[in-house]
Amino acid sequence: MPRHPEVGELKAEVRNLNFYYGAGKAALKNISMPIGEKLVTALIGPSGCGKSTFLRSFNRMHDLYPGNRYEGEILLYPDNVNILDSKVDPIEVRMRISMVFQKPNPFPKSIYENVAYGLRVRGVKNRNVIDDKVEESLSGAALWNEVKDRLNDLAFNLSGGQQQRLCIARALATDPEIMLFDEPTSALDPIATASIEELITELKSRVTILIVTHNMQQAARVSDYTAFMYLGELIEFNQTDMIFIKPAKKQTEDYITGRFG
Amino acid sequence: MAREDLKALRALIARHKLNDTLFAVLGLAATMIGVIVLLVLFFDLLRDGLPRLGYDFFMSFPSRRASEAGILSAWVGTILVMIVTAVSAIPLGVAAALYLEEYAPRNWLTDLIEINVTNLAGVPSIVYGLLALGLFVYTLDFGQSILSAGLTLALLILPVIIVATREALRAVPVAIREAAYALGATRWQMVSEHLVPYSMGGILTGIIIGLARAIGETAPIITIGALTFIAFLPPVPFSGDPPAGPFDWLFAPFTVLPIQMFNWMSRPQAAFLENAAATGIVIIVATLVMNGFAIWLRYRVRKNIKW
Repeated sequence: MPRHPEVGELKAEVRNLNFYYGAGKAALKNISMPIGEKLVTALIGPSGCGKSTFLRSFNRMHDLYPGNRYEGEILLYPDNVNILDSKVDPIEVRMRISMVFQKPNPFPKSIYENVAYGLRVRGVKNRNVIDDKVEESLSGAALWNEVKDRLNDLAFNLSGGQQQRLCIARALATDPEIMLFDEPTSALDPIATASIEELITELKSRVTILIVTHNMQQAARVSDYTAFMYLGELIEFNQTDMIFIKPAKKQTEDYITGRFG
Repeated sequence: MAREDLKALRALIARHKLNDTLFAVLGLAATMIGVIVLLVLFFDLLRDGLPRLGYDFFMSFPSRRASEAGILSAWVGTILVMIVTAVSAIPLGVAAALYLEEYAPRNWLTDLIEINVTNLAGVPSIVYGLLALGLFVYTLDFGQSILSAGLTLALLILPVIIVATREALRAVPVAIREAAYALGATRWQMVSEHLVPYSMGGILTGIIIGLARAIGETAPIITIGALTFIAFLPPVPFSGDPPAGPFDWLFAPFTVLPIQMFNWMSRPQAAFLENAAATGIVIIVATLVMNGFAIWLRYRVRKNIKW
Protein backbone atom coordinates (compact mmCIF):
# COMPACT_ATOMS: atom_id res chain seq x y z
CA MET A 1 0.00 0.00 0.00
CA PRO A 2 1.35 3.42 -0.89
CA ARG A 3 2.08 5.86 1.88
CA HIS A 4 1.12 9.49 2.05
CA PRO A 5 3.49 11.87 3.86
CA GLU A 6 0.81 13.02 6.31
CA VAL A 7 -2.08 10.56 6.17
CA GLY A 8 0.08 7.44 6.28
CA GLU A 9 -1.03 4.22 4.60
CA LEU A 10 -3.58 4.85 1.91
CA LYS A 11 -6.72 2.86 1.15
CA ALA A 12 -7.70 5.06 -1.76
CA GLU A 13 -6.73 8.20 -3.53
CA VAL A 14 -8.87 10.64 -5.45
CA ARG A 15 -7.15 12.32 -8.36
CA ASN A 16 -8.57 15.25 -10.31
CA LEU A 17 -12.15 14.10 -9.98
CA ASN A 18 -14.77 15.98 -11.95
CA PHE A 19 -18.37 14.90 -11.98
CA TYR A 20 -21.27 16.04 -14.16
CA TYR A 21 -24.98 15.40 -13.69
CA GLY A 22 -26.22 14.95 -17.23
CA ALA A 23 -25.13 17.76 -19.52
CA GLY A 24 -25.07 20.31 -16.69
CA LYS A 25 -22.19 22.08 -15.04
CA ALA A 26 -19.58 20.20 -13.06
CA ALA A 27 -20.98 19.16 -9.67
CA LEU A 28 -17.48 18.21 -8.50
CA LYS A 29 -14.49 20.22 -9.64
CA ASN A 30 -11.02 18.81 -9.75
CA ILE A 31 -11.03 17.09 -6.39
CA SER A 32 -7.90 15.34 -5.19
CA MET A 33 -7.46 13.88 -1.74
CA PRO A 34 -6.04 10.85 0.04
CA ILE A 35 -8.19 8.35 1.98
CA GLY A 36 -6.19 6.85 4.81
CA GLU A 37 -6.38 3.14 5.55
CA LYS A 38 -8.56 2.35 8.61
CA LEU A 39 -9.17 6.01 9.27
CA VAL A 40 -12.39 8.00 9.39
CA THR A 41 -12.49 10.79 6.82
CA ALA A 42 -15.32 13.29 7.21
CA LEU A 43 -16.76 15.39 4.40
CA ILE A 44 -18.34 18.63 5.56
CA GLY A 45 -19.77 21.65 3.82
CA PRO A 46 -23.03 23.51 3.31
CA SER A 47 -26.01 21.94 1.52
CA GLY A 48 -25.43 21.53 -2.19
CA CYS A 49 -21.65 21.65 -1.88
CA GLY A 50 -21.30 18.24 -3.50
CA LYS A 51 -20.30 16.15 -0.50
CA SER A 52 -22.99 13.52 -1.08
CA THR A 53 -22.26 13.55 -4.80
CA PHE A 54 -18.61 12.93 -3.97
CA LEU A 55 -19.44 10.10 -1.56
CA ARG A 56 -21.75 8.42 -4.06
CA SER A 57 -18.95 8.39 -6.63
CA PHE A 58 -17.12 5.87 -4.46
CA ASN A 59 -19.70 3.13 -5.07
CA ARG A 60 -20.68 4.34 -8.54
CA MET A 61 -24.24 5.11 -7.42
CA HIS A 62 -24.38 7.74 -10.17
CA ASP A 63 -24.22 4.96 -12.75
CA LEU A 64 -27.81 4.06 -11.85
CA TYR A 65 -29.07 7.20 -13.52
CA PRO A 66 -28.48 7.95 -17.19
CA GLY A 67 -26.31 10.78 -18.42
CA ASN A 68 -23.99 11.14 -15.43
CA ARG A 69 -20.30 11.37 -16.17
CA TYR A 70 -17.07 11.06 -14.19
CA GLU A 71 -13.65 12.39 -15.10
CA GLY A 72 -10.49 11.63 -13.19
CA GLU A 73 -9.66 8.74 -10.92
CA ILE A 74 -10.43 7.14 -7.62
CA LEU A 75 -7.65 4.64 -7.12
CA LEU A 76 -8.33 1.80 -4.75
CA TYR A 77 -5.31 0.24 -3.03
CA PRO A 78 -3.58 -2.14 -2.72
CA ASP A 79 -4.67 -3.34 -6.17
CA ASN A 80 -4.35 0.13 -7.68
CA VAL A 81 -7.54 -0.01 -9.73
CA ASN A 82 -9.42 3.09 -10.85
CA ILE A 83 -12.96 2.34 -9.70
CA LEU A 84 -14.38 5.08 -11.92
CA ASP A 85 -13.04 3.42 -15.05
CA SER A 86 -15.96 2.51 -17.27
CA LYS A 87 -14.32 -0.89 -17.79
CA VAL A 88 -14.71 -1.61 -14.07
CA ASP A 89 -18.13 -3.08 -13.32
CA PRO A 90 -20.00 -0.86 -10.83
CA ILE A 91 -21.41 -4.01 -9.23
CA GLU A 92 -17.88 -5.16 -8.43
CA VAL A 93 -17.16 -1.75 -6.87
CA ARG A 94 -20.35 -1.92 -4.77
CA MET A 95 -19.42 -5.37 -3.54
CA ARG A 96 -16.13 -3.97 -2.22
CA ILE A 97 -17.40 -0.62 -0.94
CA SER A 98 -20.63 -0.60 1.02
CA MET A 99 -22.90 2.24 1.96
CA VAL A 100 -25.16 3.41 4.78
CA PHE A 101 -27.78 5.93 3.73
CA GLN A 102 -29.19 9.08 5.20
CA LYS A 103 -32.50 7.59 6.26
CA PRO A 104 -32.58 4.03 7.56
CA ASN A 105 -33.72 1.94 4.58
CA PRO A 106 -34.10 -1.66 5.70
CA PHE A 107 -35.84 -4.03 3.31
CA PRO A 108 -39.36 -5.04 4.33
CA LYS A 109 -37.99 -8.41 5.31
CA SER A 110 -36.91 -9.99 8.57
CA ILE A 111 -33.95 -8.65 10.55
CA TYR A 112 -32.04 -11.80 9.62
CA GLU A 113 -32.77 -11.52 5.90
CA ASN A 114 -31.74 -7.87 5.85
CA VAL A 115 -28.28 -8.69 7.13
CA ALA A 116 -28.01 -11.84 5.03
CA TYR A 117 -28.94 -10.14 1.76
CA GLY A 118 -25.44 -9.05 0.77
CA LEU A 119 -24.23 -12.61 1.31
CA ARG A 120 -27.07 -14.02 -0.76
CA VAL A 121 -26.16 -11.65 -3.60
CA ARG A 122 -22.67 -13.12 -3.42
CA GLY A 123 -24.13 -16.60 -3.78
CA VAL A 124 -23.47 -17.80 -0.23
CA LYS A 125 -25.83 -20.72 0.34
CA ASN A 126 -24.45 -22.41 3.43
CA ARG A 127 -26.88 -21.74 6.27
CA ASN A 128 -24.20 -21.98 8.98
CA VAL A 129 -21.93 -19.51 7.26
CA ILE A 130 -24.80 -17.05 6.92
CA ASP A 131 -25.90 -17.59 10.53
CA ASP A 132 -22.40 -16.85 11.80
CA LYS A 133 -22.00 -13.82 9.62
CA VAL A 134 -25.39 -12.41 10.64
CA GLU A 135 -24.48 -12.73 14.31
CA GLU A 136 -21.02 -11.27 13.77
CA SER A 137 -22.35 -8.30 11.81
CA LEU A 138 -25.19 -7.57 14.23
CA SER A 139 -22.68 -7.72 17.09
CA GLY A 140 -20.38 -5.46 15.13
CA ALA A 141 -23.24 -3.00 14.76
CA ALA A 142 -24.02 -3.21 18.51
CA LEU A 143 -27.47 -4.59 17.80
CA TRP A 144 -27.11 -8.32 18.51
CA ASN A 145 -28.19 -8.22 22.15
CA GLU A 146 -31.33 -6.28 21.32
CA VAL A 147 -32.51 -8.50 18.45
CA LYS A 148 -31.04 -11.96 18.98
CA ASP A 149 -34.37 -13.35 20.20
CA ARG A 150 -36.38 -11.93 17.33
CA LEU A 151 -34.25 -12.30 14.23
CA ASN A 152 -37.33 -13.27 12.23
CA ASP A 153 -39.28 -10.14 13.14
CA LEU A 154 -39.83 -7.56 10.45
CA ALA A 155 -37.09 -4.94 10.36
CA PHE A 156 -39.75 -2.21 10.29
CA ASN A 157 -40.69 -3.04 13.86
CA LEU A 158 -37.34 -1.72 15.10
CA SER A 159 -36.88 1.88 16.25
CA GLY A 160 -35.22 4.39 13.92
CA GLY A 161 -31.83 4.09 15.63
CA GLN A 162 -32.03 0.30 15.61
CA GLN A 163 -32.98 0.34 11.93
CA GLN A 164 -29.92 2.43 11.14
CA ARG A 165 -27.69 0.04 13.09
CA LEU A 166 -29.34 -2.80 11.16
CA CYS A 167 -28.40 -1.03 7.94
CA ILE A 168 -24.84 -0.76 9.25
CA ALA A 169 -24.85 -4.49 10.03
CA ARG A 170 -26.15 -5.13 6.52
CA ALA A 171 -23.34 -3.06 5.03
CA LEU A 172 -20.81 -4.76 7.32
CA ALA A 173 -21.80 -8.36 6.60
CA THR A 174 -19.92 -8.54 3.35
CA ASP A 175 -16.58 -7.41 4.81
CA PRO A 176 -16.31 -4.21 2.80
CA GLU A 177 -12.97 -2.49 2.31
CA ILE A 178 -14.51 0.95 2.65
CA MET A 179 -17.81 1.93 4.26
CA LEU A 180 -19.58 5.08 3.09
CA PHE A 181 -21.89 6.89 5.51
CA ASP A 182 -24.17 9.52 3.97
CA GLU A 183 -25.35 11.66 6.89
CA PRO A 184 -26.24 8.52 8.81
CA THR A 185 -27.68 10.28 11.86
CA SER A 186 -29.65 13.13 10.28
CA ALA A 187 -32.94 11.27 10.79
CA LEU A 188 -32.15 10.11 14.34
CA ASP A 189 -32.59 11.48 17.85
CA PRO A 190 -29.54 12.48 19.97
CA ILE A 191 -29.30 9.18 21.86
CA ALA A 192 -29.43 7.07 18.70
CA THR A 193 -26.95 9.49 17.13
CA ALA A 194 -24.51 8.99 20.00
CA SER A 195 -24.70 5.21 19.63
CA ILE A 196 -24.05 5.41 15.89
CA GLU A 197 -21.08 7.71 16.42
CA GLU A 198 -19.66 5.33 19.01
CA LEU A 199 -20.13 2.52 16.55
CA ILE A 200 -18.29 4.36 13.79
CA THR A 201 -15.34 4.89 16.13
CA GLU A 202 -15.29 1.16 16.89
CA LEU A 203 -15.60 0.12 13.25
CA LYS A 204 -12.49 2.09 12.41
CA SER A 205 -10.29 -0.76 13.56
CA ARG A 206 -11.81 -2.99 10.86
CA VAL A 207 -12.62 -0.83 7.91
CA THR A 208 -11.85 2.48 6.22
CA ILE A 209 -14.69 4.93 6.68
CA LEU A 210 -15.90 7.94 4.74
CA ILE A 211 -18.66 9.96 6.33
CA VAL A 212 -20.68 12.89 5.05
CA THR A 213 -22.11 15.00 7.82
CA HIS A 214 -24.00 18.22 8.26
CA ASN A 215 -23.04 18.31 11.86
CA MET A 216 -19.61 19.77 12.53
CA GLN A 217 -19.45 18.50 16.09
CA GLN A 218 -20.02 15.04 14.69
CA ALA A 219 -17.14 15.42 12.26
CA ALA A 220 -14.96 16.63 15.13
CA ARG A 221 -15.98 13.69 17.33
CA VAL A 222 -15.64 10.79 14.93
CA SER A 223 -13.14 11.65 12.22
CA ASP A 224 -9.37 11.64 11.87
CA TYR A 225 -9.31 13.73 8.73
CA THR A 226 -11.80 16.26 7.46
CA ALA A 227 -12.42 17.64 4.02
CA PHE A 228 -14.31 20.91 3.70
CA MET A 229 -16.13 21.28 0.41
CA TYR A 230 -17.85 24.28 -1.07
CA LEU A 231 -19.62 24.65 -4.42
CA GLY A 232 -18.20 21.40 -5.71
CA GLU A 233 -14.64 22.16 -4.80
CA LEU A 234 -12.44 20.77 -2.10
CA ILE A 235 -11.45 23.87 -0.16
CA GLU A 236 -9.38 22.30 2.56
CA PHE A 237 -8.28 18.87 3.66
CA ASN A 238 -6.41 18.25 6.87
CA GLN A 239 -6.35 16.48 10.20
CA THR A 240 -9.69 17.08 11.85
CA ASP A 241 -8.07 18.88 14.80
CA MET A 242 -6.29 21.26 12.49
CA ILE A 243 -9.44 22.00 10.47
CA PHE A 244 -11.39 22.90 13.57
CA ILE A 245 -8.66 24.63 15.58
CA LYS A 246 -6.61 26.29 12.92
CA PRO A 247 -8.26 26.30 9.52
CA ALA A 248 -5.97 27.50 6.79
CA LYS A 249 -8.63 28.99 4.54
CA LYS A 250 -10.98 31.84 5.26
CA GLN A 251 -14.01 29.95 3.84
CA THR A 252 -13.38 26.99 6.13
CA GLU A 253 -13.16 29.26 9.12
CA ASP A 254 -16.36 31.07 8.16
CA TYR A 255 -18.18 27.78 7.81
CA ILE A 256 -17.02 26.13 11.02
CA THR A 257 -17.66 29.25 13.03
CA GLY A 258 -21.20 29.34 11.66
CA ARG A 259 -20.89 32.50 9.61
CA PHE A 260 -22.53 30.77 6.65
CA GLY A 261 -23.85 27.38 5.66
CA MET B 1 -60.07 43.87 20.71
CA ALA B 2 -63.13 46.03 20.94
CA ARG B 3 -66.39 44.32 21.69
CA GLU B 4 -67.98 45.25 18.34
CA ASP B 5 -64.97 44.02 16.39
CA LEU B 6 -65.07 40.71 18.16
CA LYS B 7 -68.76 40.40 17.33
CA ALA B 8 -68.09 41.14 13.68
CA LEU B 9 -65.26 38.59 13.66
CA ARG B 10 -67.51 35.91 15.11
CA ALA B 11 -70.21 36.68 12.57
CA LEU B 12 -67.66 36.36 9.81
CA ILE B 13 -66.46 32.98 11.10
CA ALA B 14 -70.06 31.80 11.39
CA ARG B 15 -70.71 32.77 7.78
CA HIS B 16 -67.63 30.91 6.62
CA LYS B 17 -68.63 27.87 8.61
CA LEU B 18 -72.05 27.91 7.01
CA ASN B 19 -70.36 27.40 3.65
CA ASP B 20 -68.53 24.46 5.17
CA THR B 21 -71.77 22.84 6.25
CA LEU B 22 -73.41 23.59 2.94
CA PHE B 23 -70.67 21.89 1.00
CA ALA B 24 -70.64 18.88 3.31
CA VAL B 25 -74.36 18.40 2.66
CA LEU B 26 -73.93 18.88 -1.08
CA GLY B 27 -71.00 16.47 -1.20
CA LEU B 28 -72.90 13.85 0.75
CA ALA B 29 -75.86 14.21 -1.62
CA ALA B 30 -73.59 13.84 -4.66
CA THR B 31 -72.06 10.71 -3.16
CA MET B 32 -75.36 9.20 -2.19
CA ILE B 33 -76.94 9.69 -5.63
CA GLY B 34 -74.41 7.29 -7.14
CA VAL B 35 -74.60 4.80 -4.30
CA ILE B 36 -78.38 4.84 -4.01
CA VAL B 37 -79.00 4.45 -7.74
CA LEU B 38 -76.67 1.47 -7.75
CA LEU B 39 -78.33 -0.06 -4.70
CA VAL B 40 -81.82 0.41 -6.17
CA LEU B 41 -80.72 -1.24 -9.40
CA PHE B 42 -79.15 -4.10 -7.50
CA PHE B 43 -82.23 -4.66 -5.32
CA ASP B 44 -84.45 -4.51 -8.37
CA LEU B 45 -82.24 -7.18 -9.92
CA LEU B 46 -82.37 -9.21 -6.72
CA ARG B 47 -86.18 -9.04 -6.59
CA ASP B 48 -86.54 -10.23 -10.16
CA GLY B 49 -83.73 -12.73 -10.25
CA LEU B 50 -83.32 -14.18 -6.79
CA PRO B 51 -86.22 -16.65 -7.04
CA ARG B 52 -84.60 -18.18 -10.12
CA LEU B 53 -81.21 -18.76 -8.50
CA GLY B 54 -80.83 -22.35 -7.48
CA TYR B 55 -78.98 -25.54 -8.21
CA ASP B 56 -80.98 -26.20 -11.37
CA PHE B 57 -80.32 -22.74 -12.76
CA PHE B 58 -76.57 -23.30 -12.48
CA MET B 59 -76.67 -26.86 -13.80
CA SER B 60 -79.01 -26.45 -16.80
CA PHE B 61 -78.34 -25.49 -20.38
CA PRO B 62 -80.34 -22.72 -22.03
CA SER B 63 -83.79 -23.81 -23.13
CA ARG B 64 -86.78 -22.55 -25.06
CA ARG B 65 -88.79 -22.83 -21.86
CA ALA B 66 -87.68 -20.06 -19.50
CA SER B 67 -88.34 -22.05 -16.34
CA GLU B 68 -86.04 -24.86 -17.43
CA ALA B 69 -83.26 -22.66 -18.80
CA GLY B 70 -79.97 -22.28 -16.94
CA ILE B 71 -76.49 -20.86 -17.22
CA LEU B 72 -74.33 -23.98 -17.16
CA SER B 73 -72.69 -23.38 -20.53
CA ALA B 74 -72.34 -19.66 -19.74
CA TRP B 75 -70.49 -19.90 -16.44
CA VAL B 76 -68.30 -22.73 -17.67
CA GLY B 77 -67.53 -20.61 -20.74
CA THR B 78 -66.78 -17.58 -18.58
CA ILE B 79 -64.35 -19.55 -16.42
CA LEU B 80 -62.54 -21.06 -19.41
CA VAL B 81 -62.30 -17.68 -21.17
CA MET B 82 -61.00 -16.11 -17.95
CA ILE B 83 -58.31 -18.80 -17.71
CA VAL B 84 -57.08 -17.96 -21.21
CA THR B 85 -57.25 -14.23 -20.42
CA ALA B 86 -55.34 -14.57 -17.14
CA VAL B 87 -52.67 -16.87 -18.54
CA SER B 88 -51.95 -14.52 -21.42
CA ALA B 89 -52.53 -11.07 -19.88
CA ILE B 90 -50.74 -11.49 -16.53
CA PRO B 91 -47.24 -12.41 -17.75
CA LEU B 92 -47.43 -9.98 -20.68
CA GLY B 93 -48.73 -7.11 -18.60
CA VAL B 94 -46.37 -7.53 -15.66
CA ALA B 95 -43.35 -8.04 -17.91
CA ALA B 96 -44.23 -4.97 -19.99
CA ALA B 97 -44.66 -2.87 -16.85
CA LEU B 98 -41.34 -4.05 -15.41
CA TYR B 99 -39.61 -3.29 -18.66
CA LEU B 100 -41.12 0.17 -19.03
CA GLU B 101 -40.49 1.08 -15.41
CA GLU B 102 -37.04 -0.37 -14.81
CA TYR B 103 -35.31 -1.26 -18.05
CA ALA B 104 -36.53 0.99 -20.86
CA PRO B 105 -34.16 3.85 -21.74
CA ARG B 106 -35.74 7.26 -21.35
CA ASN B 107 -36.21 8.43 -24.94
CA TRP B 108 -38.92 9.44 -27.36
CA LEU B 109 -39.74 5.84 -28.29
CA THR B 110 -40.40 4.91 -24.67
CA ASP B 111 -42.49 8.06 -24.25
CA LEU B 112 -44.51 7.10 -27.30
CA ILE B 113 -45.11 3.59 -25.98
CA GLU B 114 -46.14 4.99 -22.61
CA ILE B 115 -48.64 7.42 -24.11
CA ASN B 116 -50.03 4.58 -26.21
CA VAL B 117 -50.45 2.23 -23.29
CA THR B 118 -52.27 4.87 -21.29
CA ASN B 119 -54.53 5.67 -24.23
CA LEU B 120 -55.25 2.02 -24.94
CA ALA B 121 -56.89 1.81 -21.52
CA GLY B 122 -59.50 4.25 -22.81
CA VAL B 123 -60.24 2.63 -26.17
CA PRO B 124 -63.87 1.41 -26.36
CA SER B 125 -64.04 -2.32 -25.91
CA ILE B 126 -65.91 -2.89 -29.16
CA VAL B 127 -62.86 -1.61 -31.04
CA TYR B 128 -60.88 -4.42 -29.44
CA GLY B 129 -63.61 -6.74 -30.63
CA LEU B 130 -63.17 -5.56 -34.23
CA LEU B 131 -59.42 -5.92 -34.00
CA ALA B 132 -59.76 -9.41 -32.59
CA LEU B 133 -62.26 -10.40 -35.27
CA GLY B 134 -59.71 -9.56 -37.93
CA LEU B 135 -56.63 -10.83 -36.11
CA PHE B 136 -57.62 -13.87 -34.06
CA VAL B 137 -60.75 -15.13 -35.79
CA TYR B 138 -59.71 -14.68 -39.44
CA THR B 139 -56.00 -14.00 -39.84
CA LEU B 140 -54.80 -16.50 -37.24
CA ASP B 141 -57.84 -18.68 -37.91
CA PHE B 142 -58.63 -19.41 -34.23
CA GLY B 143 -62.33 -19.21 -35.15
CA GLN B 144 -65.11 -18.08 -32.87
CA SER B 145 -63.54 -19.94 -30.00
CA ILE B 146 -62.64 -19.70 -26.34
CA LEU B 147 -59.08 -18.93 -27.39
CA SER B 148 -60.13 -15.94 -29.51
CA ALA B 149 -62.37 -14.59 -26.75
CA GLY B 150 -59.73 -15.07 -24.05
CA LEU B 151 -57.05 -13.34 -26.09
CA THR B 152 -59.42 -10.48 -26.96
CA LEU B 153 -60.20 -9.84 -23.32
CA ALA B 154 -56.48 -10.17 -22.54
CA LEU B 155 -55.74 -7.35 -24.98
CA LEU B 156 -58.51 -5.34 -23.41
CA ILE B 157 -57.18 -5.60 -19.86
CA LEU B 158 -53.48 -5.49 -20.73
CA PRO B 159 -53.31 -1.67 -20.32
CA VAL B 160 -55.13 -1.95 -16.98
CA ILE B 161 -52.57 -4.45 -15.70
CA ILE B 162 -49.62 -2.49 -17.08
CA VAL B 163 -50.76 0.80 -15.58
CA ALA B 164 -51.57 -0.75 -12.19
CA THR B 165 -48.29 -2.67 -12.06
CA ARG B 166 -46.31 0.44 -12.88
CA GLU B 167 -48.10 2.37 -10.17
CA ALA B 168 -47.27 -0.39 -7.70
CA LEU B 169 -43.60 -0.47 -8.74
CA ARG B 170 -43.34 3.29 -8.49
CA ALA B 171 -44.59 3.16 -4.92
CA VAL B 172 -41.38 1.40 -3.86
CA PRO B 173 -39.09 4.19 -2.61
CA VAL B 174 -35.85 5.01 -4.39
CA ALA B 175 -34.04 4.41 -1.10
CA ILE B 176 -34.99 0.72 -1.19
CA ARG B 177 -33.78 0.31 -4.77
CA GLU B 178 -30.52 2.03 -3.89
CA ALA B 179 -30.11 -0.14 -0.81
CA ALA B 180 -30.28 -3.25 -2.98
CA TYR B 181 -27.95 -1.83 -5.63
CA ALA B 182 -25.48 -0.65 -2.97
CA LEU B 183 -25.15 -4.26 -1.79
CA GLY B 184 -24.12 -5.32 -5.27
CA ALA B 185 -27.45 -6.48 -6.67
CA THR B 186 -27.90 -6.55 -10.44
CA ARG B 187 -30.96 -4.95 -11.95
CA TRP B 188 -32.73 -8.30 -12.22
CA GLN B 189 -31.88 -9.20 -8.62
CA MET B 190 -33.25 -5.85 -7.51
CA VAL B 191 -36.40 -6.35 -9.56
CA SER B 192 -37.08 -9.99 -8.73
CA GLU B 193 -35.97 -10.05 -5.07
CA HIS B 194 -37.21 -6.64 -3.99
CA LEU B 195 -39.43 -4.68 -6.35
CA VAL B 196 -41.82 -7.44 -7.34
CA PRO B 197 -42.28 -8.94 -3.86
CA TYR B 198 -42.77 -5.51 -2.27
CA SER B 199 -45.29 -4.35 -4.85
CA MET B 200 -47.12 -7.68 -5.11
CA GLY B 201 -50.20 -6.27 -3.37
CA GLY B 202 -50.64 -3.56 -5.97
CA ILE B 203 -49.81 -5.86 -8.87
CA LEU B 204 -52.35 -8.47 -7.79
CA THR B 205 -54.94 -5.76 -7.24
CA GLY B 206 -54.41 -4.55 -10.80
CA ILE B 207 -54.69 -8.08 -12.14
CA ILE B 208 -57.90 -8.79 -10.27
CA ILE B 209 -59.49 -5.48 -11.22
CA GLY B 210 -58.55 -6.19 -14.83
CA LEU B 211 -60.10 -9.67 -14.69
CA ALA B 212 -63.19 -8.30 -12.95
CA ARG B 213 -63.60 -5.91 -15.84
CA ALA B 214 -63.13 -8.69 -18.38
CA ILE B 215 -65.74 -10.90 -16.75
CA GLY B 216 -68.51 -8.41 -17.54
CA GLU B 217 -67.42 -7.45 -21.05
CA THR B 218 -69.99 -8.20 -23.71
CA ALA B 219 -69.40 -6.06 -26.77
CA PRO B 220 -66.03 -7.44 -27.96
CA ILE B 221 -67.19 -11.02 -27.44
CA ILE B 222 -70.32 -10.45 -29.46
CA THR B 223 -68.17 -8.83 -32.15
CA ILE B 224 -66.00 -11.88 -32.53
CA GLY B 225 -69.17 -13.90 -32.85
CA ALA B 226 -69.75 -15.82 -29.66
CA LEU B 227 -72.91 -17.89 -29.93
CA THR B 228 -75.86 -16.97 -27.80
CA PHE B 229 -77.42 -20.39 -27.51
CA ILE B 230 -75.07 -23.15 -26.49
CA ALA B 231 -76.55 -26.36 -25.23
CA PHE B 232 -73.34 -28.31 -24.74
CA LEU B 233 -70.09 -27.92 -22.83
CA PRO B 234 -66.63 -27.57 -24.37
CA PRO B 235 -64.36 -30.56 -23.82
CA VAL B 236 -62.86 -30.74 -20.34
CA PRO B 237 -59.50 -28.96 -20.56
CA PHE B 238 -56.47 -31.24 -20.92
CA SER B 239 -58.64 -34.36 -21.05
CA GLY B 240 -58.21 -35.29 -24.74
CA ASP B 241 -55.45 -37.39 -26.22
CA PRO B 242 -52.21 -35.66 -27.22
CA PRO B 243 -51.00 -34.06 -29.34
CA ALA B 244 -54.00 -31.86 -30.14
CA GLY B 245 -56.54 -33.36 -27.74
CA PRO B 246 -55.54 -31.57 -24.51
CA PHE B 247 -56.05 -28.22 -26.17
CA ASP B 248 -59.21 -28.80 -28.19
CA TRP B 249 -61.23 -26.93 -25.51
CA LEU B 250 -59.50 -23.77 -26.67
CA PHE B 251 -61.13 -24.03 -30.07
CA ALA B 252 -64.61 -24.96 -28.88
CA PRO B 253 -67.59 -22.67 -29.45
CA PHE B 254 -68.76 -21.09 -26.23
CA THR B 255 -70.91 -18.50 -24.56
CA VAL B 256 -70.27 -16.35 -21.50
CA LEU B 257 -72.48 -14.96 -18.74
CA PRO B 258 -73.00 -11.42 -20.08
CA ILE B 259 -73.93 -12.77 -23.52
CA GLN B 260 -76.37 -15.22 -22.03
CA MET B 261 -77.88 -12.34 -20.09
CA PHE B 262 -78.03 -10.15 -23.19
CA ASN B 263 -79.74 -12.93 -25.11
CA TRP B 264 -82.46 -13.41 -22.50
CA MET B 265 -83.04 -9.70 -22.15
CA SER B 266 -83.89 -9.41 -25.82
CA ARG B 267 -86.68 -11.99 -25.48
CA PRO B 268 -90.24 -10.65 -25.17
CA GLN B 269 -91.41 -13.10 -22.46
CA ALA B 270 -91.22 -11.82 -18.89
CA ALA B 271 -89.97 -15.17 -17.61
CA PHE B 272 -86.77 -14.80 -19.61
CA LEU B 273 -86.23 -11.38 -18.05
CA GLU B 274 -86.13 -13.12 -14.69
CA ASN B 275 -83.42 -15.40 -16.02
CA ALA B 276 -81.52 -12.36 -17.23
CA ALA B 277 -81.83 -10.74 -13.80
CA ALA B 278 -80.58 -13.90 -12.12
CA THR B 279 -77.58 -14.00 -14.48
CA GLY B 280 -76.93 -10.33 -13.69
CA ILE B 281 -76.80 -11.17 -10.01
CA VAL B 282 -74.22 -13.88 -10.69
CA ILE B 283 -72.04 -11.46 -12.67
CA ILE B 284 -72.31 -8.69 -10.08
CA VAL B 285 -71.54 -11.04 -7.21
CA ALA B 286 -68.55 -12.46 -9.08
CA THR B 287 -67.24 -8.94 -9.71
CA LEU B 288 -67.84 -7.85 -6.13
CA VAL B 289 -66.11 -10.94 -4.76
CA MET B 290 -63.10 -10.32 -6.99
CA ASN B 291 -62.89 -6.67 -6.01
CA GLY B 292 -63.32 -7.57 -2.35
CA PHE B 293 -60.50 -10.06 -2.68
CA ALA B 294 -58.33 -7.34 -4.23
CA ILE B 295 -59.03 -4.99 -1.33
CA TRP B 296 -58.27 -7.72 1.18
CA LEU B 297 -55.01 -8.57 -0.61
CA ARG B 298 -53.92 -4.97 -0.65
CA TYR B 299 -54.65 -4.67 3.04
CA ARG B 300 -52.78 -7.89 3.82
CA VAL B 301 -49.64 -6.93 1.92
CA ARG B 302 -49.59 -3.29 3.02
CA LYS B 303 -49.90 -4.27 6.68
CA ASN B 304 -46.30 -5.44 6.57
CA ILE B 305 -44.96 -2.74 4.28
CA LYS B 306 -45.07 0.87 5.30
CA TRP B 307 -42.57 3.12 3.61
